[in-house]
Amino acid sequence: MSKTTTVLRPRDWDSHPKLIDSGYKSTALRGPKQWLVPVKQNLADLRSPVYGNGIIGALDGDLTRNAVRNGEPLGERMIVTGRVLDEGGRPVPNTLVELWQANACGRYVHKVDQHDAPLDPNFLGAGRALTDAEGRYKFLTIKPGAYPWKNHHNAWRPQHLHFSVFGHYFATRLVTQMYFPGDPLLAYDPIFQATPAQARERLIARFSMDITEPEYALGYEFDIVLRGADQTPMES
Amino acid sequence: MSHTPDLKQTPSQTVGPYFAYGLSPEQYLYDFKSAFTPVAASDRAEGEHIRLIGQVLDGAGHPVNDALIEIVQADAHGRYVETAEDIERTGFAGAARCGTGTDAENRFIIETVKPGAAAPGDAPRIDVILTMRGLLNHLFTRIYFDDEAAANAADPVLQQVPAERRHTLIARREVSGARVSYRFDIRMQGDEETVFLDL
Repeated sequence: MSKTTTVLRPRDWDSHPKLIDSGYKSTALRGPKQWLVPVKQNLADLRSPVYGNGIIGALDGDLTRNAVRNGEPLGERMIVTGRVLDEGGRPVPNTLVELWQANACGRYVHKVDQHDAPLDPNFLGAGRALTDAEGRYKFLTIKPGAYPWKNHHNAWRPQHLHFSVFGHYFATRLVTQMYFPGDPLLAYDPIFQATPAQARERLIARFSMDITEPEYALGYEFDIVLRGADQTPMES
Repeated sequence: MSHTPDLKQTPSQTVGPYFAYGLSPEQYLYDFKSAFTPVAASDRAEGEHIRLIGQVLDGAGHPVNDALIEIVQADAHGRYVETAEDIERTGFAGAARCGTGTDAENRFIIETVKPGAAAPGDAPRIDVILTMRGLLNHLFTRIYFDDEAAANAADPVLQQVPAERRHTLIARREVSGARVSYRFDIRMQGDEETVFLDL
């Protein structure tokens, strides 16, 4: 006897990097070596954290203003926008999108970051937004610089933004990075290259003249696709 | 029946070492409000107040100082938070986030209440997401409790885990005065590698 149950589609391992990758050295001791144990679950068991509009401050989506002390942050202003969708192309509304990044010089406001590049007193590099009814988010920020990271000789991270997204289920959680079109460092970056070749393009934003605002900021579009749900016959 | 997806999933990437001011700014003393804190239940939440304490140990056995733990759990009655108003009313957020970089021993310490069973036949449990530098995909695991042996023996998910590895999902109760803690270390590799779940 079987019944129909809504289940989450699995993580698509043809889209995601393997947990241990010889090019990215830190994975050697940090990636698990055993197989992940498959677990059958109903969506009801996969509760996402609850957050409300109250957690989003008025300037949280504007990284050019949310840490200003005495002036404008330095660098190239940019608008980053896109939609959070599931695999079926359905928008994921009212979900939390968190963003963090280096400043225009490639320096993070973090005590561990010792890169010899200036901090910007007017730029923290952190923001967040909720998606609207169509799944759209929008940030105003500064284009981050590339920076060295000592993974190997002459190792430089390409310019990138870090994104954290929840979706509507515990298991749709995603942490990813957005890269920029035409960046020559992409070919040399073990983190980007650890992604299966056919999936790498999905990490690169699209420059958009339509999103670009005259006299103000360049525009980039970056859609984020999360796991979707299916109706599936289940043994009962 | 599953069908060919219309869109392909966005690939996962590592959280990197610098998530502190983006994801846990208040814990790391940055001037930006945190969306989630290491407190899943305030003092006024009902239930037995506990602390979850643990380290993330890499393949060499060294505690990791740039890992991030996120949890979601039911309240002491086995109920999940449904709305932001629930959190206001009960003091129970049902979710927490804690980086390991602010503790001298590189521990995560989460203030919460012991959950009730979320469904008949399930053992009380806490769902965990682990991210860190050097981890290209976040990992899922679960915390069960060592004083719930009978419930654990019946739990349908725990029974899907190979018997010889189940103990890696069970936290150890430690009582010191009035304070109840559960110790749960996460081992990335080795004989005692923690079971990670493919949800």
